[in-house]
Formats: sequence, C-alpha cells, structure tokens
Amino acid sequence: MVNKNITKVCVGSIHDFPVSLGKTVKVNGKEIAVFKLSSGKIRAIENRCPHKGGVLSEGIVSGDSVFCPMHDWKICLHDGNVQEPDSGCVDTYEASVEGDLLYLLIEE
Amino acid sequence: MQKKKLVLIGNGMAGVRAIEEVLKVSSEAFEITIFGSEPHPNYNRILLSKVLQGDTNVEDITLNDWNWYQENNITLYTGETVTSIDSIKKEVATNSGRVEPYDELILATGSLPFILPIPGSDKKGVTAFRDIKDTDEMLQASQQYKKAAVIGGGLLGLEAARGLLNLGMDVSVIHLAPYLMERQLDPTAGKLLQNELEKQGMKFLLEKQTAEIVGDERVEGLSFKDGTFLEADLVVMAVGIKPNVQLAKEAGLNVNRGIVVNDYMQTDIPNIYAVGECAEHRGMVYGLVAPLYEQGKALAKAICGAEKVPYEGSVLSTQLKVSGVEVFSAGDFTEDEEKKAIKVFDEQDGIYKKLVLRGNQIVGAVLFGDSSDGNRLFSMIQKQEDVSDVAKVSILQPSGGNAGESLVASMSADDIICGCNGVTKGTIVEAIQKQGCSSVDEIKACTSASRSCGGCKPLVAEVLQHTLGADFDAAVQKEAICGCTTLSRDEVVEEIKAKGLSHTREVMNVLGWNNEEGCSKCRPALNYYLGMVNPTGYVDERESRFVNERMHANIQKDGTYSVVPRMYGGVTNAEDLRKIADVVDKYEIPLVKVTGGQRLDLFGVKKEDLPSVWEELDMPSGYAYGKSLRTVKTCVGEQFCRFGTQDSMGVGIALEKKFEGLWTPHKVKMAVSACPRSCAESGIKDIGFIGIDGGWEIYVGGNGGTHLRGGDLLYKVKTDEELMDITGAYLQYYRETANYLERTSAWIERMGLSHIQSVLNDAETRRELNMRMDEALSTYRDPWKEIVESKKTKKELFETVVTS
Repeated sequence: MVNKNITKVCVGSIHDFPVSLGKTVKVNGKEIAVFKLSSGKIRAIENRCPHKGGVLSEGIVSGDSVFCPMHDWKICLHDGNVQEPDSGCVDTYEASVEGDLLYLLIEE
Repeated sequence: MQKKKLVLIGNGMAGVRAIEEVLKVSSEAFEITIFGSEPHPNYNRILLSKVLQGDTNVEDITLNDWNWYQENNITLYTGETVTSIDSIKKEVATNSGRVEPYDELILATGSLPFILPIPGSDKKGVTAFRDIKDTDEMLQASQQYKKAAVIGGGLLGLEAARGLLNLGMDVSVIHLAPYLMERQLDPTAGKLLQNELEKQGMKFLLEKQTAEIVGDERVEGLSFKDGTFLEADLVVMAVGIKPNVQLAKEAGLNVNRGIVVNDYMQTDIPNIYAVGECAEHRGMVYGLVAPLYEQGKALAKAICGAEKVPYEGSVLSTQLKVSGVEVFSAGDFTEDEEKKAIKVFDEQDGIYKKLVLRGNQIVGAVLFGDSSDGNRLFSMIQKQEDVSDVAKVSILQPSGGNAGESLVASMSADDIICGCNGVTKGTIVEAIQKQGCSSVDEIKACTSASRSCGGCKPLVAEVLQHTLGADFDAAVQKEAICGCTTLSRDEVVEEIKAKGLSHTREVMNVLGWNNEEGCSKCRPALNYYLGMVNPTGYVDERESRFVNERMHANIQKDGTYSVVPRMYGGVTNAEDLRKIADVVDKYEIPLVKVTGGQRLDLFGVKKEDLPSVWEELDMPSGYAYGKSLRTVKTCVGEQFCRFGTQDSMGVGIALEKKFEGLWTPHKVKMAVSACPRSCAESGIKDIGFIGIDGGWEIYVGGNGGTHLRGGDLLYKVKTDEELMDITGAYLQYYRETANYLERTSAWIERMGLSHIQSVLNDAETRRELNMRMDEALSTYRDPWKEIVESKKTKKELFETVVTS
C-alpha cells in the first residue's frame, strides 16, 4: 500500500488571477501554472513543457488548452496531455475555490 | 415519327443525372419513364449527413422536384420497385403488377448498405445510413435514447457519428482497421483525424470486431470478438455498400461485382445500359459521386446515337469536412517499392500533406488540415503530370497563382467544378456573366456549386477571378489565416471594417470560427488587425499577445527575460551607460551583449525583477521583442566621417523617434548610411537609406535573416521631409495590406515593387496613408513606464505567488 499525502495550499485571492492568462505559483519548490479560463474555471498544471521545459504559465490560452511560448506545443489543461502531433504530458493539480480564496491540492 | 421509349430503373443521383444528359443531347428523342423505390423525387444523398447534422432539411436537398419531371414530360413512378426485366420482349415488370415496354433501358439501381451478417442485426434500433428513411430513424432515436454506436470508421460512418453528436447523443465509433478512413487516408492522416474528432467528443474503438448485437426486441449493446461489451440504444451500420445487382443478375446480364459495362456504359445485352454505383467499368465500381457525371455523359451520347465519347474511368478524390477538419485524398496514395512519397508535416498548425510519385509522375495525394491545394493536386494527378522540372517540395506549397490560374483556364465548359452537385465550369461562368454573381456565396446560391462539402470553394473562386478577367488580381490568393477558419486575411479585415467588429472574441464568434477562442496563430493576428483598423478605439488584448509582447521583454529558454532599452540611432551617452551598469550590478544580470542593432541587451533578468529594472533604467523600451519597429541602425555620417555626405545619425534618430512603438505585421528594421559605402548595411533592411550627393536613396524589402534579400530602390528623394513622407506612407501601406507575420521582404514580392510605387506616386494617397499612420502613432505610450506605474499589471503579470 502506498501512502499518499495530499496537502491543501492556499494560493491567494481568486481575484488576483487574471482571466485567460496563466500565473506562476511556487509551492514547496514546485512550480505550478494556474490558469483562470474565460469560463471562470481554474486549472493548474506543472509549469514545465515536456518538450524543452518552457514556462507554460506565459502561454496563450485558448479554451481548455495552453500553447507553450517556446515552440507552440498545445497542452490540454484538463488532463495535462500534450496534443497531437506532439506527445507527452504534464502533472495536473486539483483546485478549489472557497469564498474568495483559491486552494491547490498537492499530492506528495 | 413515334418516340422511342426510354425506361430508367432507379430514381437516384446517377440515373436522373444520366437522363439530364440525355435531355441535353436530345430533348425530343425519347418518351421517358422512371421507376424509384423510394417515395421521393431525386434528392442529393450526399447531403443526408447535413440533414442529420441539422444544417439543412430534407426539402432543401431535393435535386429535381416534382415539377421537373412534369416539365420534361417524364412519367415517374415512386414507391414502386422493378422486380423483373424481360430482355427478349423488352419490357420490365414492377411489384405493383405494372408492365412497361422499353426500347432503351438504363439500370441505375445504386447500392445497398452492407449489413454485417451477425446475430442481432435485425433488432430494432439497428439501421444503415443510406436514405431518408434511415435518417429519420436516427433523428427519432436521438430524441428518446442517449447512446449511439456507429460501426464503421469510414467516410459515411464518421458523417453519421458527427450528426448524432450534434443531436446530443453519446457516440462511439467502432472500426476494424487500426486507423480511420483507411481507404482514403494513410495512417498519419487517419490518426490526426481521430485526434481532432476526439476533441469534438467522438469516442473510438479501433481494431474491434463486432460479434453480436444484443438486446431483447430493441438493441441494448454490442459484444465484441475480444469479449468486451458496449452499451448502445442505437446502432448505425456504415461498414460499406455493395452494388445492387440482384435484378440484373436475374435478367441474365453479365454481373461481376457490379453490372459489367463497356466504355459507353452498355451491358452485354443490347439496349440495356447501367450507370452509377451498380455499374462495374474496367473492373472498378465507384461509390463516389463525381464519376457518375462522366458516366452519364458517355451514356447519353451513346444512347442518343450522337458522336460517341468513351468513359475511360475516373481517378478518385475525396474532400471532406467534418466540423472544420479538412481532409483530402486522391489517386493512389500509398507509397511502396516503386512509389515514393514527399511529406510535409507542420506540427504547429496540424497540417499534413503527402504526395506520392511514381518516377516523375504524381499519382496520389493526401492532405490533412488544409485541403486548399486539393483541386490543384487532383488536376495534376488526373493528368499524371510530369514533375521532373519542378522543385519537388514546391509542389506541396501554395503556388503564387500560376498553377491555379492555368488549371481553371485549361478546363472546358463541361468540366465539373463541384463534384457533389455536378456543377460545371460553364454553369458557373454563366452565373457570373448573365446573373451578375460576384462572390463565391452568390455563385453558391445561384448554382449550388460548393454548397455541399465546400471542397471546391477555391476552384469556384478561381473561376470567378478568371472570368472577371481584368479585375482578376493574381496577388489576391486566398489563404485561410489559420485552421480555425476558412477566411483569408483580406476577408477577415474586410469583415472587421464592414461589421465594426471590436474585439477578437467578437470576430471569432461573428465570423464562425470553429474554435471558440481561436489558437496561438489567429489570436495575435486578429489582435493586430483590429488595432490596425481602429488604432484609437481598439483596446489591445494582452491575452492575445505572444508572451514577449505581453511582458514587453524577450523570454529566454530558462524562463528569464532579456531587456533592451531604446538607444536612438545606436547613439548613447555616459549617463545612460552608467544607469545600465548600475542596474546590471544591482540585479546581478549575468550577461550584457551588444546587439546587431547597435544597442545593449541585458540577459537573464528574472520575471519579477523586470518592472524594477525598467524603473531604474528609466529609459524607453527598445521593442526588441515586438512585431514593431526595432532599431534604426546608423553610420556615423557627416559629423565625423570623412566620406559621409549626409547626417545619417540625425535622420536615424528622427526616424526612430517618430516610428517607435508602432505595431506592424512583423518586425521592421531600418538603417541609415551617409554614403554608398553603406556602413549601416542599408541594403538588407526593411527600409534602408543611403545618402547620396544632394539627397537620399530609399531601399525597401531588404532582409539579412532567413530570407536573405537585397533591397529594391523605391525612390530617390532630395530632402529629409520627403524621406519622412515616403517612409510613413510606405510603412502604413505595409501595415494595411500585409498578412500578419509577413516580413516586408515577402510582402514586396507578393505585391510587386511597381505596384507599391504606383500607390505611393499619388500625393493624395500618400497624404492619407500618412494621416492614418499619424493616428496609429498617436497611441504610443512607453509600455515599460505604463507597467511601472500600474500596480495591478505588475501584480497580475510579473508577480509569482510563493507559498511555503
């Protein structure tokens, strides 16, 4: 049996996250890209493109995807999968909004 | 003289088309009778998928309405099936007991859907997708049930699946092969298509063989050979079709897979012809619509006793669009020992193109993501064109108009442009000349050309341009701005102006983008076009900017940024250098480098330090990251140089001050040299100035980068004022007519130098261009300063949230 330790971390007010853009969040040395989509939904993924480590938080966001600013890889924000014709994936993190505060659930 | 009796069995597209051709050759020769099993006049079977997808209704897909039969004195029996042919007595009998004699008989019995011979295939809720009845059944099922399974991942299956998806059903496609549409696509394109359709919500079970359809009276699910199971309340079988030849067999006609015919569509029994999907010609049975028209023509000439034109078989092409996915395939597209492929795979834009050559002849092609070249390649394949003289890769690139122009020009009036609706070039030309059609949409409304799959749109547009002759502008080649739309840059800009569109979302919504929020290609382009059209009113969308232009710094591979402050004309001073040195020390900036544009680049600045770095530099942004004026490089000129004849630094600084911060389609670099030695390298800049005795030479379209190009002499001017006037007008004309991300070096080749000169020769045009330029320039604010002064922007864009 594997013990999983899930930590819930508050990353600030939901209003501090710009719409349709990403924001870099550092939690315990881990860099996470947090996106507030045009639908208002929050998505959080590992801030590192599997291709050459591009910072995904600075990519152009369209619908449920972000385009890596380095070489335009398209990554799905729901499941972290790189879209074809490229391949790979990034970690995704659950987010929850309670009141005005945004929390990320980090699995250790 | 008594008319001969012509009987047609099968009231579908092929048969009725053949009758139309017969009427064209000789409208009085025959007394015509048509039998059709379906209770409808002739309709466009191809468009059933559009009915299912909710884009149109049954009435709209009728090709020949009841009146047409009347007007042409045709006796039509619908809902009546011919059950036997007596070729000795020359008569046919139907299921209602009617007996009809004939002199000439045409069989156009079409195909039957292939129903898998598995247990349960007769259950309720199992249907084919072939006619109006099947379509109705699916429409009804979608109102009561949720889960649909489509067996067959070919063209028809995917059309059905897309339709059911539109109707709100949960759709799974079951396919035996390892990838979709294996008869039209290669594995790469098949996988790309699958991926795209999965995004639209379609599910796929590949390499699955259905063993049984289970359920009581109505279907409840499918069980597969591998033991797995899928729940389903509706099963659509789209595994293929087989020629409907039962009647012909019983009549004693030579039947192989289809009814065997010669080049004039004649069977082995005199006075009996076969056409369409039921006919087998030179070993081929065609299941697509385009060959039917050619067959119909051959048949008509033969049956009317006119000069015979043999049908010699067809090269097939498929052009399909499922919810925005463009796919094209033609000819023999599998490479092997003797056939080699040329492939282009643009991962960024999801475009895949493959061309198959046998020796020097093009024999097949597959296009995915962008099928605009389909018609051109198809024509090359049909002609088995020899390409030994052509640079191979260039065949796959959109050509500058020549290929397309000659294609349309070389077509005869009888050639089919729209395969779905059988519209000829002649019909389109007539619509343009006699009915005054002036757009593809008007032609579509008039003639139905491009109404169905839309694949022939580029060709229709070419016919339009070609027919309009003098108004035809070869430079105006339509190219969609990205995969989200079929509209070209010019069309989009035109719509923005005409409809007063004011933000990117509105453009994408109103113009029917197939991705609600666009992509990384169109969003920055739209943002530019909107700002270009309405510089003072448009609110720039930072979320539609590429990172560098949003952050006003160049992102580096490690996520740090580089900072280039403005140094007008490459001239600096002790105070600026001191500030730079202090900032480098304080922020521990790891690298300072002199750029090719005569300024200093500070590398390795952390994102969160950017605003403070800018604040302490207290210099304007050098826009080294932007599709914008970069620098004006200068030589030292008459102030110090013993050869210089002009004040190159002064003019360079004035130019840079005037045009700084201007957004352009791509980056713009300038250089000013004071004499023809051109020490500032004016010959390879977007705009380069060379001082001569008594004035300046202005060179344009130079490029020292990927697309190395020497500049063209645009004008010689006498004064600095003239120089500014020409430069402003030229740059504005570039801003207004170039595609986003098109450098001036490519733009000038597309537009032609003499065209640009002819525009700029007119003083009034120059004045207007300069007025619009001044309006655009009036919005310039130093972006670094703006960010430094905005707490909100600093927080949103530059701060990283750090939790412990």
